Amino acid sequence: MTKNKDSQLLLSLYRTMRLIRVAESSLIKLFADSEIPGFIHLSIGQEAVAAGVMAALEERDTVATNHRGHGHVLARGMELDLFFKELMGKDGGICRGRGGSMHVADRSKGILGANGIVGAGIPIALGSALAHSVRGTGGVAVAFFGDGAMAEGVLHESLNMAALWKLPMLFVCEHNGWSEFSQTKEQFVAELADLARAFGIQHVQVDGNNVEEVALAAQQLTSQARAGGPRILECKTHRIRGHFEGDSQKYRNAEELIAADDCDPLIFARAMIEQCGVAPAAVDGIDAEVEAQVAASVLAGRADRQPDFAQAFADVYTATAAQG
Amino acid sequence: MAEIRYMEAINRALQDGMAADENVIVMGEDVARAGGSFKATRGLLDKFGARRVIDTPIAESTIVSAAVGAAMTGLKPVVEIMFMDFITLAMDAMVNQAAKARFMFGGQFNVPMVLRTPHGGGLNAGPQHSQCLEAWFAHVPGLKVVCPSNPQDAYSLLRAAISDPDPVVFIEHKALYGKRGEVDTAIGAQIGKARIARPGRDVTIVTYGNTVHASLQAAAQLAGENIEVEVIDLRSLQPWDEQAVYESVSRTHRVVVVHEAVKSFGSGAEIAASITENVFYELDAPVMRVGSPFMPVPFATSLEAQYVIKPADIADAVRVTMAGGR
Repeated sequence: MTKNKDSQLLLSLYRTMRLIRVAESSLIKLFADSEIPGFIHLSIGQEAVAAGVMAALEERDTVATNHRGHGHVLARGMELDLFFKELMGKDGGICRGRGGSMHVADRSKGILGANGIVGAGIPIALGSALAHSVRGTGGVAVAFFGDGAMAEGVLHESLNMAALWKLPMLFVCEHNGWSEFSQTKEQFVAELADLARAFGIQHVQVDGNNVEEVALAAQQLTSQARAGGPRILECKTHRIRGHFEGDSQKYRNAEELIAADDCDPLIFARAMIEQCGVAPAAVDGIDAEVEAQVAASVLAGRADRQPDFAQAFADVYTATAAQG
Repeated sequence: MAEIRYMEAINRALQDGMAADENVIVMGEDVARAGGSFKATRGLLDKFGARRVIDTPIAESTIVSAAVGAAMTGLKPVVEIMFMDFITLAMDAMVNQAAKARFMFGGQFNVPMVLRTPHGGGLNAGPQHSQCLEAWFAHVPGLKVVCPSNPQDAYSLLRAAISDPDPVVFIEHKALYGKRGEVDTAIGAQIGKARIARPGRDVTIVTYGNTVHASLQAAAQLAGENIEVEVIDLRSLQPWDEQAVYESVSRTHRVVVVHEAVKSFGSGAEIAASITENVFYELDAPVMRVGSPFMPVPFATSLEAQYVIKPADIADAVRVTMAGGR
């Protein structure tokens, strides 16, 4: 890769990460001001995983994510207005205000949904990989999950089936050390590498705060998975905010939180970009563009109307049932 | 028209459904090489190949969740869960994933999958292989629940379930697999439409699945006592044919609801309550319910014989309602 190309890729990854950061930072305020109902789970600190993995995917690929999935769907290209409207519970939201933060999906981008049940997206992605295989689409299905999902049975069942059937699937673990409010090491006795070995699946662990490293590994693993056979990408990262927004994180010590701040993937990426010789002003320009974009989407979200109850009620089943 | 067994009707529907649409796949434990534990999928592997007829590991949760993901990615999976009792392992897949995907994603996705599973006792299969759990699924918005009582309906309704854009729980009864009947593959069925299995003027029995037959036997007995019973076979519980039931109640003015599932909190309670809410003034007597006793299905032949609903139990309930209630 030439230096120029390298910096172009980095800039594009940086833009995605900055978009996620700014979008989620704006959610903090919207949530505090009750403009976002329910719960939200922020991925601040983990943006490099979303940006790096999504950069490796093609249009035909499918993705299932989890309750901490804002970064994934934004990196996959969900329209920002549709995202904000959904989180604000508005009619113009991607799911017409019926799903909210934990249940965003975007068929047009192959996003099979975020999921409110820990680990539940993994076997859905498995089924999607099966469909790619049966239908010969050439697509890969990606499952995003946190280390908290390592204790869920469906992960183990899915690893088995994916390996057994050599499915085009990438398992992406965002390993932030926390299973909701408990440390994963107090919840789960094995390592993901052990599971990978047990099921005969190639496993790669990367620094999940280094977007270049994530992107290169994801690129390699998805092309291998596309050729047939699952792969596991484990990204060691940090969850800077709590399990959910509003969680005061009393269960974490100050050193750990400070250490997490020191591993900010955006600061890393910016330093790398500047090492490539890109002027700081160019990066600042991206920041400003992204901030304007997010601010516009927040306004669009505010301006949108509330969803219609009768319409929602009518939409539980498909209107035209088939005849046998 | 040939007479075939209920199980063969299922098999035929799977074959015809797969031949009609290459996106239909069959998956489950032992469905391919072994042809299914009740042989309902026999021959499919030879005909359609291992790409579309898939033997899965014993992992109900992931089998059913994978069907959801496959359905969202363009396939129409028909999953077999060997015994309905095992569906407990796949409740997240059905209740949180399959049922809600269309609604919660704003109509972007359909989940055109079928979960086939046998329920019911009478085979000494014991407490973990005999339950009737259909009420669980009928209670979940987004799922459809179908339960045919005869080979023709088994065929037509399974074809309808496979073509349906929404997730369908298709419940077969183990004791019906050997039952013979004529099947015309040209006859279609609509999920949610009931059938009058026997017309009558005095009492309406509302039932589905295997208890349709016990109810018909009870009706035959009662005819000898000059009580003419109308038997309605619901065929599907979600949606259920309220109109057909209310029309029948408006003719007979007396109702007994019969199902093999335990009586407490069962589908019969929903049907009885709906009748009371909607056509109360048509009633000449309280709505009676016949369901299994509130206990796990016992194993011993002697115990199970007392557990199962017999035509005499149904006839007794009819006599009570004819007498104006208890």
